Amino acid sequence: MITNNYPQIIGLCAGILLLTSLLMVWRHSLLASIGLLAIQGAGLAALVAVIGAQTDDAELLLAAALVFAIKGVALPRILARQTGATTRTIDESPHLNPTASLLLVAGLTILSYAILGPILVHLDTVTAHAAPIGLAMVLIGFLLLVTRRRAGSQLIGFLVLDNGIATVIFLTSGGVPLFLELAISLDVFLVVVILYVFAGRMRTKFGGTDVDTLRELHD
Amino acid sequence: MDFTLLAPLALPLLLAALSMPHRLASVTRFAPIAASIIVLTSGVLLIIATEHDQVPTAFGGVLRADSLSAYMLAVIGAVGLVSVWGGLRAVPTEHNRFPGGYDSLLCVFLAAMSLAVLADNIGVIWASVEATTIATAFLVGHQRTRKSLEAAWKYVILGSVGVAIALLGIVLIYAASLSAGEPTLSWLSLTHNTLPLDPALVRAGGALAVLGFATKAGLAPMHSWLPDAHSQAPAPVSGLMSGVLLSVALYAILRIQAIVDPIIGPDFLRIMLAVGALLSLAVAAALLIKQRDYKRMLAYSSIEHMGIMTLGAAVGSAAIPAVLLYILGHGLVKAVLFVLSGRILTAEGTSAIADVRGLLQRRPGLAVPWLVAMAAILGFPPFSIFFSIVAIILAGWAAGMGIAVGIALFLVLVIFSALARTTVTMTLGSPKLAPTDSGSADLRPADLNGTVHPDRSAHGPRLPLLLALATAAVIAFLTEPIGTILIHAAAVLGGTH
Repeated sequence: MITNNYPQIIGLCAGILLLTSLLMVWRHSLLASIGLLAIQGAGLAALVAVIGAQTDDAELLLAAALVFAIKGVALPRILARQTGATTRTIDESPHLNPTASLLLVAGLTILSYAILGPILVHLDTVTAHAAPIGLAMVLIGFLLLVTRRRAGSQLIGFLVLDNGIATVIFLTSGGVPLFLELAISLDVFLVVVILYVFAGRMRTKFGGTDVDTLRELHD
Repeated sequence: MDFTLLAPLALPLLLAALSMPHRLASVTRFAPIAASIIVLTSGVLLIIATEHDQVPTAFGGVLRADSLSAYMLAVIGAVGLVSVWGGLRAVPTEHNRFPGGYDSLLCVFLAAMSLAVLADNIGVIWASVEATTIATAFLVGHQRTRKSLEAAWKYVILGSVGVAIALLGIVLIYAASLSAGEPTLSWLSLTHNTLPLDPALVRAGGALAVLGFATKAGLAPMHSWLPDAHSQAPAPVSGLMSGVLLSVALYAILRIQAIVDPIIGPDFLRIMLAVGALLSLAVAAALLIKQRDYKRMLAYSSIEHMGIMTLGAAVGSAAIPAVLLYILGHGLVKAVLFVLSGRILTAEGTSAIADVRGLLQRRPGLAVPWLVAMAAILGFPPFSIFFSIVAIILAGWAAGMGIAVGIALFLVLVIFSALARTTVTMTLGSPKLAPTDSGSADLRPADLNGTVHPDRSAHGPRLPLLLALATAAVIAFLTEPIGTILIHAAAVLGGTH
């Protein structure tokens, strides 16, 4: 079944990834964004599993399980624990209004097709055609990072960026060797845990997690 | 399987695990020193091995020590030793919930940098550079003040986003090798097997990878985390970060450059690196002229020196031995300066340049080494930085990069005058006399007549600073063995080894 509908399934998974990124830009509630992040993680795991099933690659199926465990379950849960306890009612007030940011997302998606399209012409595979979605997610992650003000939202931006890179990895080259995949996942996981701890300290020291209050160091 | 390859990775991690519980604090505070000595010894042993034309490998080639790796490992060990030994007394640990964490993380930091230079796999290099961010995050935020928290947040966000961009680039290079028929991330295979790599993919991948590692190397315009992190971290950590972490990122750039240049020609990365180098020098010059904080001054000076080294990387193989000598000379001197800045901060209670005056008269024990080290960082001979800068400028001139080199020389002179003025203010300027009008309490011992006794104490171990400055002063003259080692290490990037 997978073999017959392979391009469609890859397209569907990539669509889920792009859609969840877009919704994260649109929604301002942190909890909603975290829910979307979990869906995105699951979508990425499904994408990896489909590629693995198509190419009969057991390592990729393992990688899919790893992606699901970390990006689909563990990281969203850590973020939700922090957010659920303290900021249930507070919503993000980003620097950009929703209409402008949605237009920007559309622009970034077109841009990433324009950039990656000519580069990837030689990789004439079904998956490589969807790879610009990954770059679009990286750019959307950047957008979230620069327009959001709360530490939690910046963390989500970082994770979208990282999911985008993972998408590019799996779509262009069918995954890196497993030990490297493990090292990359561990690094990302630790970075998020560290930022989570810092956000906690920020709350006790600054009384909030608005990153705009970090203005003491300058020249 | 070679023990000298595994020792600098496994033993520091073991020491890190041992120093986690704080019960043996009186012993485990020496753990980072032991870890540095292990790294330095392995580096020297590996240099000896590579000079005998051996290339030790382990784990099926994932770890591999060619001349360049061995040299970088020795530099990490040497600069690490100066920083952690010199900064032995610098960190108060009472108020911390994880008191053993400081020594432990320093050991992990050393192991991560060692892995970065010993790995033959550019994916592993990436993972270990990211691991250095993880290890240093809590070290930067160690003081737990608002400022150090702000510095740590910016450092981790910018550092990991930048390095993530490098991963994107590495993935594109991997995709290029995949479409060339041999999926590999091994640096050796990518440079020596003459794979028919797709130039478009390699160009995009190389640009992104260099951009990402340049963030970690503190090059403008991605430098904004650096002055904050380096000024807020405890002195030994700043010494390690400024002295070697930046150079390890530059090492990653050099390795990427050796993959990219044979495929698409040297001009693409040369322009990119030269622009980054000149921007870094311009930023450093602009912000050093009116700098008011001596720890930030040292951080901007690191941006300046990374800029010149990057200019050397842009020039290419003719300048690489000078760049490698620069890495060692700058690392040692910058470690000394950061250690001293920590001691001055503890003694004077302020990091403002304007409040630290007449140091030579009041605290000669600190001012004399500070003056010597500042002379070295300013580029006075006989210190090796002078010879490195001259060699890079001459090589750049010969390579037809006259305009870039000219601009760089002008900016270096601006920075020279700015730093010289600050140093004179701090060491020679007339000391503020009455403590009452300065607002800050002055703790100098004074006798009944009000005469002030100069404080001759070095406020910490003298030996590491002395050794580091002496080494920085003589290495440039040792054609044998240093010159040979440098030429062999540079030859690795040219593909002849």
